[in-house]
Amino acid sequence: MNDFTVEAIGLTRLYGGREAVSNVSFNLSKGQVLGFLGPNGAGKSTTMKMLTGNLAPSNGSVKICGIDMMENPKEAKALIGYLPEMRPLYKELTVDEYLTIAARLHRVSGAHIKKAVELAKERCGLGHMSKRLIENLSNGYQQRVGIAQAIIHNPMVVILDEPTVGLDPIQIRDIRALIREVGSERSVIISTHILPEVEMVCDHVQIIDKGKLVFNGAIDVLKKQRIGNKLLIAMNKPPKAAELLKIAGVEEAESVSDQLVRVRFADGATPAEAIVQAAVAKGWGLYQIGPDQTSLEDVFVQLTYQEQEAA
Amino acid sequence: MIINVARKELKSMFASPMGWVILALLMFSFGTYYLNGVNDYFAVMSGAMRPAERTGVTQFVGQNVYGFASFMVLFAVPLLSMRLVSEERRSQTLPFLFSAPLSLTEIVLGKFLGLVAFLSILVVYIGVMLSTLNIWADIDFGFIVANSIGLLLMVASFSALGLYFSSITQQPVVAAILTFIALFALMFLDRFFAGDPSNTLASLSLTRHFQSFAGGLIDTADIAYFALFIASFLTLTVRRLDADRLRG
Repeated sequence: MNDFTVEAIGLTRLYGGREAVSNVSFNLSKGQVLGFLGPNGAGKSTTMKMLTGNLAPSNGSVKICGIDMMENPKEAKALIGYLPEMRPLYKELTVDEYLTIAARLHRVSGAHIKKAVELAKERCGLGHMSKRLIENLSNGYQQRVGIAQAIIHNPMVVILDEPTVGLDPIQIRDIRALIREVGSERSVIISTHILPEVEMVCDHVQIIDKGKLVFNGAIDVLKKQRIGNKLLIAMNKPPKAAELLKIAGVEEAESVSDQLVRVRFADGATPAEAIVQAAVAKGWGLYQIGPDQTSLEDVFVQLTYQEQEAA
Repeated sequence: MIINVARKELKSMFASPMGWVILALLMFSFGTYYLNGVNDYFAVMSGAMRPAERTGVTQFVGQNVYGFASFMVLFAVPLLSMRLVSEERRSQTLPFLFSAPLSLTEIVLGKFLGLVAFLSILVVYIGVMLSTLNIWADIDFGFIVANSIGLLLMVASFSALGLYFSSITQQPVVAAILTFIALFALMFLDRFFAGDPSNTLASLSLTRHFQSFAGGLIDTADIAYFALFIASFLTLTVRRLDADRLRG
Protein backbone atom coordinates (compact mmCIF):
# COMPACT_ATOMS: atom_id res chain seq x y z
CA MET A 1 0.00 0.00 0.00
CA ASN A 2 1.52 3.29 -1.07
CA ASP A 3 0.39 6.67 0.17
CA PHE A 4 -0.42 8.27 -3.15
CA THR A 5 -3.50 10.42 -3.00
CA VAL A 6 -4.00 10.49 -6.73
CA GLU A 7 -2.91 7.81 -9.14
CA ALA A 8 -3.64 8.17 -12.82
CA ILE A 9 -2.75 5.16 -14.84
CA GLY A 10 -2.65 5.38 -18.62
CA LEU A 11 -5.55 7.81 -18.91
CA THR A 12 -6.82 8.04 -22.46
CA ARG A 13 -9.86 9.79 -23.77
CA LEU A 14 -11.09 9.58 -27.32
CA TYR A 15 -13.47 12.06 -28.88
CA GLY A 16 -14.74 10.55 -32.08
CA GLY A 17 -11.48 8.76 -32.77
CA ARG A 18 -9.31 11.76 -31.93
CA GLU A 19 -7.27 11.41 -28.79
CA ALA A 20 -7.97 14.40 -26.54
CA VAL A 21 -5.84 12.88 -23.81
CA SER A 22 -3.53 10.03 -24.51
CA ASN A 23 -1.87 7.74 -22.03
CA VAL A 24 -1.38 10.20 -19.18
CA SER A 25 0.04 8.63 -16.03
CA PHE A 26 1.16 10.31 -12.84
CA ASN A 27 1.10 10.03 -9.07
CA LEU A 28 0.58 12.63 -6.43
CA SER A 29 1.45 12.33 -2.75
CA LYS A 30 -0.01 14.01 0.27
CA GLY A 31 1.17 17.57 0.79
CA GLN A 32 2.00 18.21 -2.82
CA VAL A 33 0.68 20.87 -5.12
CA LEU A 34 0.66 19.82 -8.74
CA GLY A 35 0.48 22.37 -11.51
CA PHE A 36 -1.06 21.35 -14.75
CA LEU A 37 0.31 23.45 -17.51
CA GLY A 38 -0.46 23.61 -21.17
CA PRO A 39 -1.85 25.75 -23.96
CA ASN A 40 -5.54 25.91 -24.75
CA GLY A 41 -7.05 22.69 -25.92
CA ALA A 42 -4.15 20.62 -24.64
CA GLY A 43 -6.40 18.35 -22.61
CA LYS A 44 -6.00 19.86 -19.15
CA SER A 45 -9.70 20.14 -18.43
CA THR A 46 -10.44 16.75 -19.97
CA THR A 47 -7.87 15.13 -17.71
CA MET A 48 -9.36 16.89 -14.69
CA LYS A 49 -12.85 15.75 -15.63
CA MET A 50 -11.60 12.21 -15.75
CA LEU A 51 -9.84 12.55 -12.39
CA THR A 52 -13.06 13.73 -10.78
CA GLY A 53 -15.30 11.14 -12.35
CA ASN A 54 -17.17 13.62 -14.53
CA LEU A 55 -16.00 11.87 -17.64
CA ALA A 56 -15.34 8.20 -18.16
CA PRO A 57 -11.87 7.52 -19.54
CA SER A 58 -11.75 5.50 -22.74
CA ASN A 59 -8.81 3.69 -21.27
CA GLY A 60 -6.86 3.68 -18.05
CA SER A 61 -7.94 4.22 -14.48
CA VAL A 62 -7.92 6.74 -11.67
CA LYS A 63 -7.35 5.93 -8.03
CA ILE A 64 -8.00 8.40 -5.25
CA CYS A 65 -6.24 7.34 -2.03
CA GLY A 66 -6.24 3.81 -3.38
CA ILE A 67 -9.97 3.81 -4.22
CA ASP A 68 -10.75 3.15 -7.85
CA MET A 69 -12.94 5.82 -9.44
CA MET A 70 -14.60 3.31 -11.74
CA GLU A 71 -15.40 0.70 -9.14
CA ASN A 72 -16.28 2.85 -6.13
CA PRO A 73 -17.17 6.24 -7.58
CA LYS A 74 -19.04 7.43 -4.49
CA GLU A 75 -16.23 6.70 -2.05
CA ALA A 76 -13.65 8.15 -4.40
CA LYS A 77 -15.66 11.30 -5.10
CA ALA A 78 -16.15 11.90 -1.39
CA LEU A 79 -12.40 12.51 -1.15
CA ILE A 80 -12.30 15.10 -3.92
CA GLY A 81 -13.15 18.75 -4.08
CA TYR A 82 -13.50 20.00 -7.63
CA LEU A 83 -13.90 23.40 -9.20
CA PRO A 84 -14.52 23.07 -12.94
CA GLU A 85 -13.55 25.71 -15.43
CA MET A 86 -17.14 26.89 -15.63
CA ARG A 87 -18.15 27.59 -12.06
CA PRO A 88 -21.05 25.35 -11.08
CA LEU A 89 -22.94 27.96 -9.07
CA TYR A 90 -26.67 28.08 -8.48
CA LYS A 91 -27.03 31.77 -8.97
CA GLU A 92 -30.52 32.05 -7.55
CA LEU A 93 -29.26 31.04 -4.10
CA THR A 94 -27.36 33.03 -1.50
CA VAL A 95 -23.77 32.20 -0.63
CA ASP A 96 -24.82 30.55 2.65
CA GLU A 97 -27.57 28.49 1.05
CA TYR A 98 -25.29 27.31 -1.70
CA LEU A 99 -22.44 26.36 0.60
CA THR A 100 -24.83 24.55 2.94
CA ILE A 101 -26.09 22.48 0.05
CA ALA A 102 -22.52 21.77 -1.05
CA ALA A 103 -21.61 20.66 2.46
CA ARG A 104 -24.67 18.45 2.73
CA LEU A 105 -24.09 16.80 -0.64
CA HIS A 106 -20.49 16.13 0.29
CA ARG A 107 -21.51 14.20 3.38
CA VAL A 108 -20.58 16.76 6.00
CA SER A 109 -22.51 15.59 9.05
CA GLY A 110 -25.47 17.71 10.10
CA ALA A 111 -23.85 19.02 13.28
CA HIS A 112 -20.78 20.27 11.45
CA ILE A 113 -22.40 21.90 8.44
CA LYS A 114 -22.60 25.34 10.02
CA LYS A 115 -19.00 25.21 11.15
CA ALA A 116 -17.82 23.95 7.76
CA VAL A 117 -19.66 26.75 5.95
CA GLU A 118 -18.20 29.38 8.28
CA LEU A 119 -14.70 28.00 7.89
CA ALA A 120 -14.91 27.81 4.11
CA LYS A 121 -16.21 31.39 3.95
CA GLU A 122 -13.45 32.60 6.22
CA ARG A 123 -10.76 30.85 4.23
CA CYS A 124 -12.02 32.31 0.98
CA GLY A 125 -12.70 35.77 2.37
CA LEU A 126 -16.44 35.59 1.89
CA GLY A 127 -17.46 36.43 5.45
CA HIS A 128 -19.39 39.59 4.64
CA MET A 129 -21.10 38.09 1.57
CA SER A 130 -23.15 35.44 3.38
CA LYS A 131 -26.58 36.78 2.59
CA ARG A 132 -25.88 37.99 -0.92
CA LEU A 133 -27.29 36.24 -3.95
CA ILE A 134 -24.51 34.60 -5.92
CA GLU A 135 -25.93 36.18 -9.04
CA ASN A 136 -25.16 39.65 -7.69
CA LEU A 137 -21.57 38.92 -6.75
CA SER A 138 -18.69 40.12 -8.87
CA ASN A 139 -16.76 37.67 -10.99
CA GLY A 140 -13.96 37.41 -8.46
CA TYR A 141 -16.29 36.73 -5.57
CA GLN A 142 -18.14 34.11 -7.58
CA GLN A 143 -14.81 32.43 -8.16
CA ARG A 144 -14.19 32.46 -4.43
CA VAL A 145 -17.56 30.83 -3.81
CA GLY A 146 -16.52 28.18 -6.33
CA ILE A 147 -13.32 27.54 -4.42
CA ALA A 148 -15.15 27.54 -1.09
CA GLN A 149 -17.46 24.89 -2.48
CA ALA A 150 -14.47 22.74 -3.42
CA ILE A 151 -12.82 22.82 0.00
CA ILE A 152 -15.89 22.78 2.23
CA HIS A 153 -15.72 19.09 3.11
CA ASN A 154 -11.98 19.25 3.74
CA PRO A 155 -11.19 16.78 0.96
CA MET A 156 -7.98 14.82 0.55
CA VAL A 157 -7.58 16.05 -3.00
CA VAL A 158 -8.56 19.48 -4.26
CA ILE A 159 -8.76 19.90 -8.02
CA LEU A 160 -9.07 23.46 -9.31
CA ASP A 161 -9.40 24.19 -13.00
CA GLU A 162 -7.89 27.62 -13.67
CA PRO A 163 -8.70 29.01 -10.23
CA THR A 164 -7.24 32.47 -10.69
CA VAL A 165 -8.96 33.43 -13.92
CA GLY A 166 -10.84 36.68 -13.61
CA LEU A 167 -9.44 37.69 -10.26
CA ASP A 168 -7.70 40.93 -9.44
CA PRO A 169 -4.05 40.78 -8.30
CA ILE A 170 -4.87 40.98 -4.60
CA GLN A 171 -7.42 38.21 -4.88
CA ILE A 172 -4.97 36.13 -6.85
CA ARG A 173 -2.46 36.52 -4.06
CA ASP A 174 -5.06 35.43 -1.49
CA ILE A 175 -6.09 32.44 -3.54
CA ARG A 176 -2.49 31.39 -4.05
CA ALA A 177 -1.90 31.58 -0.32
CA LEU A 178 -5.00 29.49 0.20
CA ILE A 179 -3.84 26.89 -2.31
CA ARG A 180 -0.50 26.67 -0.55
CA GLU A 181 -2.22 26.33 2.81
CA VAL A 182 -4.52 23.57 1.60
CA GLY A 183 -1.62 21.96 -0.22
CA SER A 184 0.48 21.71 2.93
CA GLU A 185 -1.76 19.04 4.41
CA ARG A 186 -3.72 17.79 1.40
CA SER A 187 -3.05 17.35 -2.27
CA VAL A 188 -3.92 20.03 -4.74
CA ILE A 189 -4.02 19.93 -8.51
CA ILE A 190 -4.41 23.23 -10.31
CA SER A 191 -4.43 23.91 -13.99
CA THR A 192 -3.26 27.16 -15.44
CA HIS A 193 -1.47 28.67 -18.34
CA ILE A 194 0.32 31.28 -16.25
CA LEU A 195 3.85 30.10 -15.63
CA PRO A 196 4.75 32.38 -12.70
CA GLU A 197 1.71 31.10 -10.91
CA VAL A 198 2.97 27.55 -11.14
CA GLU A 199 6.32 28.66 -9.82
CA MET A 200 4.74 30.38 -6.87
CA VAL A 201 2.42 27.69 -5.64
CA CYS A 202 3.38 24.31 -7.06
CA ASP A 203 5.97 21.72 -6.08
CA HIS A 204 5.34 19.61 -9.11
CA VAL A 205 4.65 20.52 -12.66
CA GLN A 206 3.19 18.67 -15.55
CA ILE A 207 3.09 20.05 -19.02
CA ILE A 208 0.57 18.59 -21.33
CA ASP A 209 0.39 19.23 -25.03
CA LYS A 210 -1.97 17.77 -27.58
CA GLY A 211 -3.13 15.24 -25.01
CA LYS A 212 0.34 14.00 -24.21
CA LEU A 213 2.34 14.53 -21.07
CA VAL A 214 5.51 16.20 -22.26
CA PHE A 215 7.02 17.08 -18.92
CA ASN A 216 6.51 15.75 -15.44
CA GLY A 217 8.82 16.72 -12.64
CA ALA A 218 9.66 18.96 -9.73
CA ILE A 219 9.31 22.70 -10.03
CA ASP A 220 13.08 23.25 -9.62
CA VAL A 221 13.73 21.59 -12.94
CA LEU A 222 11.33 23.92 -14.63
CA LYS A 223 12.70 26.95 -12.81
CA LYS A 224 16.13 26.14 -14.15
CA GLN A 225 14.67 25.87 -17.61
CA ARG A 226 12.95 29.16 -17.22
CA ILE A 227 15.63 31.30 -15.61
CA GLY A 228 18.04 29.48 -17.81
CA ASN A 229 21.58 30.49 -18.45
CA LYS A 230 21.01 33.69 -20.33
CA LEU A 231 21.49 37.36 -19.59
CA LEU A 232 19.80 40.18 -21.36
CA ILE A 233 21.96 43.26 -21.56
CA ALA A 234 20.88 46.68 -22.74
CA MET A 235 23.59 49.10 -23.80
CA ASN A 236 23.69 52.42 -25.63
CA LYS A 237 26.78 51.47 -27.58
CA PRO A 238 26.84 47.68 -27.75
CA PRO A 239 30.16 46.14 -28.70
CA LYS A 240 30.73 43.43 -31.24
CA ALA A 241 29.79 39.92 -30.25
CA ALA A 242 33.40 38.83 -30.36
CA GLU A 243 34.27 41.26 -27.58
CA LEU A 244 31.64 39.81 -25.30
CA LEU A 245 32.81 36.30 -26.02
CA LYS A 246 36.20 37.21 -24.58
CA ILE A 247 34.68 37.54 -21.12
CA ALA A 248 35.15 34.37 -19.08
CA GLY A 249 32.08 32.13 -19.03
CA VAL A 250 30.29 33.66 -21.97
CA GLU A 251 29.55 31.06 -24.58
CA GLU A 252 27.36 32.84 -27.00
CA ALA A 253 26.24 36.38 -27.74
CA GLU A 254 23.56 37.49 -30.14
CA SER A 255 22.15 40.92 -30.61
CA VAL A 256 18.40 41.08 -30.26
CA SER A 257 17.99 44.67 -31.42
CA ASP A 258 20.12 47.80 -31.71
CA GLN A 259 20.77 48.05 -28.03
CA LEU A 260 19.85 44.64 -26.68
CA VAL A 261 22.23 41.72 -26.51
CA ARG A 262 21.43 38.26 -25.27
CA VAL A 263 24.31 36.37 -23.74
CA ARG A 264 24.36 32.67 -22.97
CA PHE A 265 26.86 31.53 -20.38
CA ALA A 266 28.15 28.14 -19.27
CA ASP A 267 26.41 26.25 -16.45
CA GLY A 268 27.70 27.40 -13.10
CA ALA A 269 29.42 30.51 -14.45
CA THR A 270 28.40 33.95 -13.22
CA PRO A 271 29.71 36.36 -15.81
CA ALA A 272 27.40 39.27 -14.87
CA GLU A 273 29.97 41.10 -12.78
CA ALA A 274 32.68 40.66 -15.41
CA ILE A 275 30.36 41.98 -18.08
CA VAL A 276 29.47 45.05 -16.02
CA GLN A 277 33.15 45.75 -15.34
CA ALA A 278 33.99 45.38 -19.00
CA ALA A 279 31.08 47.65 -19.94
CA VAL A 280 32.25 50.36 -17.54
CA ALA A 281 35.87 50.07 -18.61
CA LYS A 282 35.09 50.26 -22.31
CA GLY A 283 32.20 52.70 -22.16
CA TRP A 284 29.46 50.56 -23.70
CA GLY A 285 26.80 52.68 -22.00
CA LEU A 286 25.29 49.81 -20.04
CA TYR A 287 21.92 50.75 -18.54
CA GLN A 288 20.26 47.42 -17.85
CA ILE A 289 21.28 43.86 -17.18
CA GLY A 290 19.21 40.95 -15.97
CA PRO A 291 18.42 37.30 -16.41
CA ASP A 292 16.55 36.58 -19.61
CA GLN A 293 13.31 35.01 -18.42
CA THR A 294 11.90 33.02 -21.23
CA SER A 295 8.20 33.07 -21.76
CA LEU A 296 5.95 30.09 -21.28
CA GLU A 297 5.94 29.42 -24.98
CA ASP A 298 9.72 29.27 -25.06
CA VAL A 299 9.91 26.84 -22.16
CA PHE A 300 7.09 24.96 -23.66
CA VAL A 301 8.62 24.67 -27.06
CA GLN A 302 11.92 23.80 -25.45
CA LEU A 303 10.42 21.00 -23.41
CA THR A 304 8.37 19.62 -26.22
CA TYR A 305 11.43 19.68 -28.38
CA GLN A 306 13.60 17.91 -25.81
CA GLU A 307 10.96 15.29 -25.30
CA GLN A 308 10.88 14.56 -29.00
CA GLU A 309 14.64 14.36 -29.12
CA ALA A 310 14.74 11.92 -26.27
CA ALA A 311 12.12 9.71 -27.83
CA MET B 1 -28.52 11.51 0.05
CA ILE B 2 -31.61 11.43 -2.18
CA ILE B 3 -33.29 13.70 0.36
CA ASN B 4 -30.44 16.20 0.12
CA VAL B 5 -30.79 16.47 -3.64
CA ALA B 6 -34.55 16.82 -3.24
CA ARG B 7 -34.07 19.59 -0.69
CA LYS B 8 -31.77 21.37 -3.09
CA GLU B 9 -34.39 21.18 -5.84
CA LEU B 10 -37.10 22.46 -3.52
CA LYS B 11 -34.88 25.35 -2.49
CA SER B 12 -34.25 26.26 -6.13
CA MET B 13 -37.95 26.00 -6.90
CA PHE B 14 -38.88 28.39 -4.12
CA ALA B 15 -35.95 30.69 -4.86
CA SER B 16 -37.47 31.69 -8.19
CA PRO B 17 -40.81 33.41 -8.66
CA MET B 18 -41.88 30.66 -11.07
CA GLY B 19 -42.68 28.18 -8.30
CA TRP B 20 -44.64 30.68 -6.24
CA VAL B 21 -46.59 32.01 -9.21
CA ILE B 22 -47.62 28.56 -10.39
CA LEU B 23 -48.61 27.50 -6.89
CA ALA B 24 -50.66 30.65 -6.37
CA LEU B 25 -52.42 30.46 -9.74
CA LEU B 26 -53.27 26.81 -9.34
CA MET B 27 -54.56 27.25 -5.82
CA PHE B 28 -56.65 30.19 -6.93
CA SER B 29 -58.21 28.20 -9.77
CA PHE B 30 -58.84 25.15 -7.59
CA GLY B 31 -60.46 27.38 -4.99
CA THR B 32 -62.71 28.89 -7.63
CA TYR B 33 -63.74 25.45 -8.85
CA TYR B 34 -64.43 24.37 -5.32
CA LEU B 35 -66.62 27.38 -4.71
CA ASN B 36 -68.50 26.89 -7.97
CA GLY B 37 -68.90 23.22 -7.18
CA VAL B 38 -70.54 23.98 -3.87
CA ASN B 39 -72.87 26.57 -5.44
CA ASP B 40 -73.79 24.26 -8.29
CA TYR B 41 -74.45 21.44 -5.89
CA PHE B 42 -77.40 23.29 -4.36
CA ALA B 43 -78.70 24.40 -7.74
CA VAL B 44 -78.51 20.90 -9.23
CA MET B 45 -79.74 18.99 -6.21
CA SER B 46 -82.77 21.20 -5.65
CA GLY B 47 -83.85 20.22 -9.15
CA ALA B 48 -83.15 16.54 -8.61
CA MET B 49 -86.39 15.07 -7.31
CA ARG B 50 -85.84 11.36 -7.57
CA PRO B 51 -83.34 9.79 -5.07
CA ALA B 52 -81.46 8.09 -7.91
CA GLU B 53 -80.48 11.45 -9.33
CA ARG B 54 -78.94 12.59 -6.11
CA THR B 55 -75.21 12.31 -5.48
CA GLY B 56 -73.23 13.09 -2.35
CA VAL B 57 -71.62 16.48 -1.94
CA THR B 58 -68.14 14.92 -1.77
CA GLN B 59 -68.53 13.22 -5.09
CA PHE B 60 -70.17 16.18 -6.76
CA VAL B 61 -67.65 18.80 -5.67
CA GLY B 62 -64.73 16.35 -5.61
CA GLN B 63 -65.21 15.23 -9.18
CA ASN B 64 -65.43 18.83 -10.22
CA VAL B 65 -62.20 19.84 -8.52
CA TYR B 66 -60.15 16.68 -9.15
CA GLY B 67 -61.18 16.52 -12.79
CA PHE B 68 -60.05 20.10 -13.23
CA ALA B 69 -56.86 19.52 -11.26
CA SER B 70 -55.81 16.53 -13.35
CA PHE B 71 -56.21 18.75 -16.39
CA MET B 72 -54.42 21.78 -14.94
CA VAL B 73 -51.29 19.84 -13.92
CA LEU B 74 -50.89 19.08 -17.61
CA PHE B 75 -49.83 22.73 -17.96
CA ALA B 76 -48.13 23.15 -14.61
CA VAL B 77 -45.79 20.17 -14.61
CA PRO B 78 -43.97 20.93 -17.89
CA LEU B 79 -43.30 24.46 -16.64
CA LEU B 80 -41.82 23.17 -13.41
CA SER B 81 -40.02 20.11 -14.72
CA MET B 82 -38.38 21.83 -17.68
CA ARG B 83 -35.60 23.34 -15.60
CA LEU B 84 -34.63 20.25 -13.64
CA VAL B 85 -31.76 19.08 -15.82
CA SER B 86 -31.68 21.30 -18.88
CA GLU B 87 -31.12 24.45 -16.84
CA GLU B 88 -28.25 22.78 -15.01
CA ARG B 89 -26.84 21.66 -18.30
CA ARG B 90 -27.09 25.14 -19.77
CA SER B 91 -25.51 26.91 -16.83
CA GLN B 92 -22.99 24.07 -16.52
CA THR B 93 -23.80 23.24 -12.93
CA LEU B 94 -24.14 19.50 -13.52
CA PRO B 95 -20.47 18.86 -12.56
CA PHE B 96 -21.42 20.09 -9.10
CA LEU B 97 -23.71 17.09 -8.70
CA PHE B 98 -21.58 14.69 -10.71
CA SER B 99 -18.48 15.30 -8.61
CA ALA B 100 -20.34 15.01 -5.32
CA PRO B 101 -20.42 11.53 -3.79
CA LEU B 102 -23.77 10.69 -5.37
CA SER B 103 -24.77 8.01 -7.82
CA LEU B 104 -26.70 9.04 -10.90
CA THR B 105 -29.73 7.17 -9.58
CA GLU B 106 -29.61 9.25 -6.41
CA ILE B 107 -29.37 12.47 -8.40
CA VAL B 108 -32.32 11.54 -10.61
CA LEU B 109 -34.46 10.22 -7.76
CA GLY B 110 -33.64 13.31 -5.73
CA LYS B 111 -34.69 15.66 -8.50
CA PHE B 112 -37.84 13.63 -9.09
CA LEU B 113 -38.77 13.58 -5.42
CA GLY B 114 -38.07 17.29 -5.09
CA LEU B 115 -40.56 18.09 -7.84
CA VAL B 116 -43.14 15.61 -6.55
CA ALA B 117 -42.80 17.05 -3.07
CA PHE B 118 -43.44 20.50 -4.47
CA LEU B 119 -46.49 19.31 -6.40
CA SER B 120 -47.82 17.32 -3.47
CA ILE B 121 -48.38 20.68 -1.77
CA LEU B 122 -51.21 21.09 -4.29
CA VAL B 123 -52.57 17.61 -3.67
CA VAL B 124 -52.59 18.18 0.07
CA TYR B 125 -54.13 21.60 -0.42
CA ILE B 126 -57.00 20.19 -2.46
CA GLY B 127 -57.54 17.41 0.07
CA VAL B 128 -57.70 19.88 2.97
CA MET B 129 -59.94 22.22 0.99
CA LEU B 130 -62.45 19.47 0.27
CA SER B 131 -62.27 18.24 3.84
CA THR B 132 -63.61 21.59 5.01
CA LEU B 133 -66.96 20.44 3.60
CA ASN B 134 -67.08 18.20 6.64
CA ILE B 135 -67.91 21.22 8.79
CA TRP B 136 -71.50 21.21 7.62
CA ALA B 137 -71.85 17.89 5.81
CA ASP B 138 -70.89 14.31 6.46
CA ILE B 139 -68.37 13.70 3.72
CA ASP B 140 -66.83 10.57 2.24
CA PHE B 141 -63.17 10.72 3.20
CA GLY B 142 -62.44 7.51 1.29
CA PHE B 143 -63.34 9.28 -1.92
CA ILE B 144 -60.95 12.13 -1.17
CA VAL B 145 -58.12 9.78 -0.21
CA ALA B 146 -58.55 7.71 -3.41
CA ASN B 147 -58.60 10.84 -5.54
CA SER B 148 -55.59 12.29 -3.77
CA ILE B 149 -53.58 9.12 -4.32
CA GLY B 150 -54.69 9.07 -7.96
CA LEU B 151 -53.76 12.71 -8.48
CA LEU B 152 -50.42 12.26 -6.74
CA LEU B 153 -49.58 9.24 -8.91
CA MET B 154 -50.56 11.13 -12.01
CA VAL B 155 -48.51 14.17 -11.05
CA ALA B 156 -45.56 11.89 -10.28
CA SER B 157 -45.86 10.24 -13.71
CA PHE B 158 -45.97 13.66 -15.35
CA SER B 159 -42.87 14.68 -13.40
CA ALA B 160 -40.95 11.54 -14.41
CA LEU B 161 -41.72 12.19 -18.05
CA GLY B 162 -40.89 15.87 -17.68
CA LEU B 163 -37.61 15.02 -16.01
CA TYR B 164 -36.67 12.75 -18.90
CA PHE B 165 -37.42 15.37 -21.53
CA SER B 166 -35.52 17.91 -19.48
CA SER B 167 -32.49 15.63 -19.52
CA ILE B 168 -32.35 15.30 -23.29
CA THR B 169 -32.10 18.98 -24.13
CA GLN B 170 -30.20 22.10 -23.13
CA GLN B 171 -33.14 24.43 -23.63
CA PRO B 172 -35.74 24.45 -20.86
CA VAL B 173 -38.38 25.76 -23.27
CA VAL B 174 -37.83 22.87 -25.66
CA ALA B 175 -38.13 20.48 -22.73
CA ALA B 176 -41.40 22.10 -21.67
CA ILE B 177 -42.89 21.89 -25.16
CA LEU B 178 -41.85 18.26 -25.65
CA THR B 179 -43.20 17.32 -22.24
CA PHE B 180 -46.48 19.07 -22.90
CA ILE B 181 -46.97 17.37 -26.27
CA ALA B 182 -46.10 13.94 -24.89
CA LEU B 183 -48.39 14.37 -21.89
CA PHE B 184 -51.19 15.74 -24.01
CA ALA B 185 -50.97 12.73 -26.33
CA LEU B 186 -50.88 10.32 -23.41
CA MET B 187 -53.80 12.02 -21.68
CA PHE B 188 -56.08 11.95 -24.67
CA LEU B 189 -54.99 8.69 -26.21
CA ASP B 190 -58.19 7.04 -25.10
CA ARG B 191 -60.24 9.70 -26.89
CA PHE B 192 -58.69 8.67 -30.18
CA PHE B 193 -59.75 5.11 -29.55
CA ALA B 194 -63.17 5.98 -28.21
CA GLY B 195 -64.80 3.67 -30.72
CA ASP B 196 -62.63 0.77 -29.70
CA PRO B 197 -62.09 0.92 -25.93
CA SER B 198 -60.44 -2.51 -25.79
CA ASN B 199 -57.55 -1.35 -27.98
CA THR B 200 -54.14 -1.88 -26.33
CA LEU B 201 -52.98 1.64 -27.15
CA ALA B 202 -56.01 3.11 -25.45
CA SER B 203 -55.04 1.45 -22.21
CA LEU B 204 -51.74 3.34 -22.30
CA SER B 205 -53.69 6.52 -21.70
CA LEU B 206 -52.99 8.22 -18.39
CA THR B 207 -56.57 9.47 -18.09
CA ARG B 208 -57.99 5.99 -18.29
CA HIS B 209 -55.90 4.87 -15.35
CA PHE B 210 -56.94 7.93 -13.39
CA GLN B 211 -60.61 7.06 -13.94
CA SER B 212 -60.82 4.39 -11.26
CA PHE B 213 -59.21 6.70 -8.70
CA ALA B 214 -61.62 9.44 -9.74
CA GLY B 215 -64.48 7.10 -8.96
CA GLY B 216 -63.06 6.43 -5.52
CA LEU B 217 -61.54 3.06 -6.33
CA ILE B 218 -57.89 2.24 -5.55
CA ASP B 219 -57.01 -0.36 -8.16
CA THR B 220 -53.63 -2.08 -7.87
CA ALA B 221 -53.52 -2.53 -11.66
CA ASP B 222 -53.61 1.25 -12.08
CA ILE B 223 -51.05 1.76 -9.32
CA ALA B 224 -48.81 -0.73 -11.12
CA TYR B 225 -49.27 1.16 -14.37
CA PHE B 226 -48.26 4.47 -12.81
CA ALA B 227 -45.35 2.87 -10.96
CA LEU B 228 -44.05 1.30 -14.16
CA PHE B 229 -44.51 4.54 -16.04
CA ILE B 230 -42.49 6.45 -13.44
CA ALA B 231 -39.79 3.75 -13.20
CA SER B 232 -39.30 3.61 -16.96
CA PHE B 233 -38.83 7.33 -17.39
CA LEU B 234 -36.56 7.63 -14.37
CA THR B 235 -34.43 4.79 -15.75
CA LEU B 236 -34.28 6.51 -19.13
CA THR B 237 -33.15 9.71 -17.40
CA VAL B 238 -30.38 7.87 -15.55
CA ARG B 239 -29.26 6.32 -18.82
CA ARG B 240 -29.27 9.71 -20.50
CA LEU B 241 -27.12 11.28 -17.79
CA ASP B 242 -24.78 8.31 -17.86
CA ALA B 243 -24.31 8.91 -21.57
CA ASP B 244 -23.06 12.41 -20.66
CA ARG B 245 -20.35 10.88 -18.54
CA LEU B 246 -19.40 8.31 -21.16
CA ARG B 247 -19.54 10.48 -24.25
CA GLY B 248 -18.57 13.77 -22.67
